[in-house]
Amino acid sequence: MPDDTSIGGARQQFPLTRFSVIEGARSEHAGERQRALDVLISVYWKPVYKYIRLHWNKDNETAKDLTQDFFAWLIEKRLLDRFDPGKARLRTYLRVCVDGLVMNTDKAAQRQKRGGDAELLSLDFESAEGELAQLPIPSQDNPEESFAREFARSLFGLAVERLRKECEERGKLLHFQLLELYDIEEGGKELTYDEVARQFGIKTTDVTNYLSFSRKEFRRIVLEELQAMTANEEEFRREARTLLGVRLA
Amino acid sequence: MRWLKDSALERLREAADAPDLEGTRYRLVGKLGQGGMGGVFRVEDPMLGRDVALKVMNTADGREEVAARLLQEARVIARLEHPGIIPVHDAGILADGRPYYTMKLVQGKRLDEHIQDVTGLSDRLRIFLRICDAVAFAHAHGVLHRDLKPENVMVGPFGEVLVMDWGLSKLLNKAGFGASQPPGPSLADKTLPPGTGSGNVLGTPGYMSPEQASGDGMLDPRADIYSLGAMLECLLGGAEPVPRPLSAIRKKAMAQEREGRYSSVPELAADVAHLVDGLPVTAYPESPFMRAWRWIARNRTWILLLLAYMITRAVLIFFRPR
Repeated sequence: MPDDTSIGGARQQFPLTRFSVIEGARSEHAGERQRALDVLISVYWKPVYKYIRLHWNKDNETAKDLTQDFFAWLIEKRLLDRFDPGKARLRTYLRVCVDGLVMNTDKAAQRQKRGGDAELLSLDFESAEGELAQLPIPSQDNPEESFAREFARSLFGLAVERLRKECEERGKLLHFQLLELYDIEEGGKELTYDEVARQFGIKTTDVTNYLSFSRKEFRRIVLEELQAMTANEEEFRREARTLLGVRLA
Repeated sequence: MRWLKDSALERLREAADAPDLEGTRYRLVGKLGQGGMGGVFRVEDPMLGRDVALKVMNTADGREEVAARLLQEARVIARLEHPGIIPVHDAGILADGRPYYTMKLVQGKRLDEHIQDVTGLSDRLRIFLRICDAVAFAHAHGVLHRDLKPENVMVGPFGEVLVMDWGLSKLLNKAGFGASQPPGPSLADKTLPPGTGSGNVLGTPGYMSPEQASGDGMLDPRADIYSLGAMLECLLGGAEPVPRPLSAIRKKAMAQEREGRYSSVPELAADVAHLVDGLPVTAYPESPFMRAWRWIARNRTWILLLLAYMITRAVLIFFRPR
């Protein structure tokens, strides 16, 4: 899978238990720490790369290096040990850390510092660069918002991928295809349930039932992934509100 | 990993927050709106062949206190059977664990939008009186709304005025609303969900009474009277010059100290109704000259007829052949 990283192998462990990513990243057990960091990187590397490209206006080669540097720095300096969920969201903390790195780092010196031979993450920068070309020019004065949007895109993308896999494993690929048609592809919502039923050779009631199933599963996966990405219940609720676009009165 | 366009992200967001209607008799039609506590969706009830509105707790708010508040809101509205209060049809827990209730689907406009089309002061005041009716009814049943504002009032296509969003409503103790409570079991006997009791600051700045904004737990109907005063102010915005008595009514309703306000909504409504009818209002003591002027203004047709008659008689007498 393109979004696999070399750290900890493929993302087989989702969903981890509550607080797993933060707690796992802080674990003294190297295997658990790597697994948690692998999950964290899989969700955050694209938002970090795009943020450096767009907000810091770096060319793609520099942004690649800085993204690699950032995660190497995160691991090496165990920055997640210092994360205090009472003060900020994890997403905001990571973004501020990126800002700190970009502002302070001298690329060559940084490479030297990590020995120059530290293991590089296997990240598909070409796909991220292709996605950047499709993005509207972000507002330069609201980095938090654009970082949050890319985080949502990354997390939803992973959730869609996981839903597809799970549906496939359970022999419910058609359920996934209906969600894909209605909620991902352009123009799907304009089709009536009858038209879709004819197209797939199923009953109209099956369309609504299958769609309801896949949406419910998608919600479950999104919330599980988000729960693993947050440090406590309060941060989870706040992130869920942001991610699902729910405004507070 | 698949690239998701912004439009796909929005659709997936909606899909993730849509209610799971499995096991209910409803079918999702679309989203109508979003409040602080929950989303409101248009759903079809195939059994009765009609569309209704379904309010469901936000996915992100999976807390017991929010769930309890939503169901409490449904129970409160269900008890308040009044033409000015939106009727609840059904309530329960969805397959995804979120509480919901269904209510009449009102296809009108929010008051803040509707008011743009109402230019006459007396028409605006008549809408205000309908709101007062509903709120007075709720108070008589021991319920404070606590979030009265134009956005929480709907005006239907046939002019029906409905007070909505009772999510912050508070049940008064029996002592809190005196002898006006009707007979029968009181809602005050029920257990309040957290967040609707005392000590929490809930409401909308600009419409919230000072005591509500300060987190005073001993709220009484005068808190809603303050909000009604703020609504009256909003209703008067952009209208013709506001008569002094009306301005006095608003000031009295919005007095900083609750002791200075009307003691009940019917008292406030009576003043507004008197003003519409050209009668004296309690909030605005009149001098004899002003009383006379108001009497003249109120009876000007008769006075003009009398004057015309007297002038005609005078002319006839003056030109009478001698």
